[in-house]
Amino acid sequence: MKKFDYLKPTSLDEVFSLMEKFGSNAKLIAGGTDVMVLLKRKRIFPDVLISLRSVPNMAYIKDEKDKIRIGSMTTHRELETSTVIKEKLTALYDAVINLGSVQIRNVATIGGNIANAAPSADTACPLLVLDASCLLISSKGEREVELKDFFIAPGETVMKQDEILKEFIIPKPSKLSGSAYWKLSRRKAMDLPILGVAISLAMNEDKSIKKARIGLGVAAPTPIRAFKAEEFLTGKFLTDEVLAEAGNIASKEASPRDSIRGEAWYRREMIRVLTKRVATISFKRANIV
Amino acid sequence: MKKVISFKLNGEDVEAEVEPHWSLLHLLRETFELTGAKEGCGKGECGACTVIVDGKAINSCLFPVMEVEGCEVTTIEGLATLNGNLHPIQESFVANGAVQCGFCTPGMIMSAKALLDENKNPSEDDIRTAIAGNLCRCTGYVQIIEAIKKASERREP
Ligand SMILES: Cc1cc2nc3c(=O)[nH]c(=O)nc-3n(C[C@H](O)[C@H](O)[C@H](O)COP(=O)(O)OP(=O)(O)OC[C@H]3O[C@@H](n4cnc5c(N)ncnc54)[C@H](O)[C@@H]3O)c2cc1C
Ligand code: FES
Ligand code: FES
Repeated sequence: MKKFDYLKPTSLDEVFSLMEKFGSNAKLIAGGTDVMVLLKRKRIFPDVLISLRSVPNMAYIKDEKDKIRIGSMTTHRELETSTVIKEKLTALYDAVINLGSVQIRNVATIGGNIANAAPSADTACPLLVLDASCLLISSKGEREVELKDFFIAPGETVMKQDEILKEFIIPKPSKLSGSAYWKLSRRKAMDLPILGVAISLAMNEDKSIKKARIGLGVAAPTPIRAFKAEEFLTGKFLTDEVLAEAGNIASKEASPRDSIRGEAWYRREMIRVLTKRVATISFKRANIV
Repeated sequence: MKKVISFKLNGEDVEAEVEPHWSLLHLLRETFELTGAKEGCGKGECGACTVIVDGKAINSCLFPVMEVEGCEVTTIEGLATLNGNLHPIQESFVANGAVQCGFCTPGMIMSAKALLDENKNPSEDDIRTAIAGNLCRCTGYVQIIEAIKKASERREP
């Protein structure tokens, strides 16, 4: 492993001035569970790591009137043990309880999971279907980017060299709504998904669908929304036929590839199966009687 | 580019000269010669390097040494008393045949300790979750889960 210096700024201003000073020779580090592995595998060669761990007020879950704000340095373990997440953002809860191990979840952050921009990032699909936005800040100011517009390619996002991810802003799910995430993997623990499917449904009183969101992971170069399938579901009742067709449409919107974890045809097939399954769970969670 | 860090190691205030690119595991094994924590995979998969930092089980192979400043670190060497009495979890591992080759044991016990410190009365599911990041190639896990369960029962008042 290449030698590097490790800096621990204690304010955002200090972070920004270090980022400016070292430019592309520096790498931000949060929990380090992706960064340390990349360093060990000699995939990145920074001269300096700039740690965000000593910057105050970066880890929080704020339950506001109509928004939930999650600080980027919040660990998966903190999300897992938060009742706000468990009760209100169920798809995200489904994702964090099966992400890595307790040891990983104790240090790995939600900001790192998204900023790393792996197609398999487990929190990406839930955040997509919960209509999350990312608050990006730099020394020049801040801007809000919807997560659906955030990913560009594997490992690539719209974040500029001088920006950091500050928090996720999630509109509070309405009353008759439910969300779920299904991670398809070969083992229950310690495995990246072969495929991830998240769905959130907001229902009308008459049990028709008011708003649908479908997020697919490892189904394209980046986590994606299945917009056409969402549109198809809007206004419909959840019958077997409707679910099957939504699965077909979502499957066509995906562009999976063959990889060591699974082949493209299998992923397409499983998008059909899981769309149905996850929509059914989301509907149950909407608690509509 | 050496730097000096200070922290609490197994209850004792310590200082160490480190290279900023080291992991906590490297510091423990090479500087302090505490070789209980093992390097199995070096990338967070096996849990053989598990130690407790500020009450939480972590993979020391991925933990940047510079983040240890000011923290409280407990390793397997910190569990037995000075006169050699084993910790109840260690005793339970021995009594229940949860140790075979022993390579995974320090990590398993640290994961179990972090769990029992937080949850005095864990369900079998809680135990399984707590050690899901610890691989054992020998025991088949059954005795380990049993040992942790027994240890939790013993610690009840
Ligand atoms: C054994 C193991 C198992 C794993 N299992 C899973 C799994 O099941 N599912 C899954 O999705 N992932 C998994 N991962 C990957 C990893 O743990 C997660 O992606 C984690 O959330 C990354 O967070 P971190 O804080 O450790 O990020 P870091 O490693 O610190 O950073 C990751 C990237 O994000 C950047 N970054 C971090 N924070 C910010 C910020 N605030 N602003 C801008 N850029 C930032 C860093 O520069 C870096 O490029 C696993 C990793 C390991 C080692
Ligand atoms: S050596 Fe750290 S997890 Fe395997
Ligand atoms: S006892 Fe040998 S690996 Fe667990």
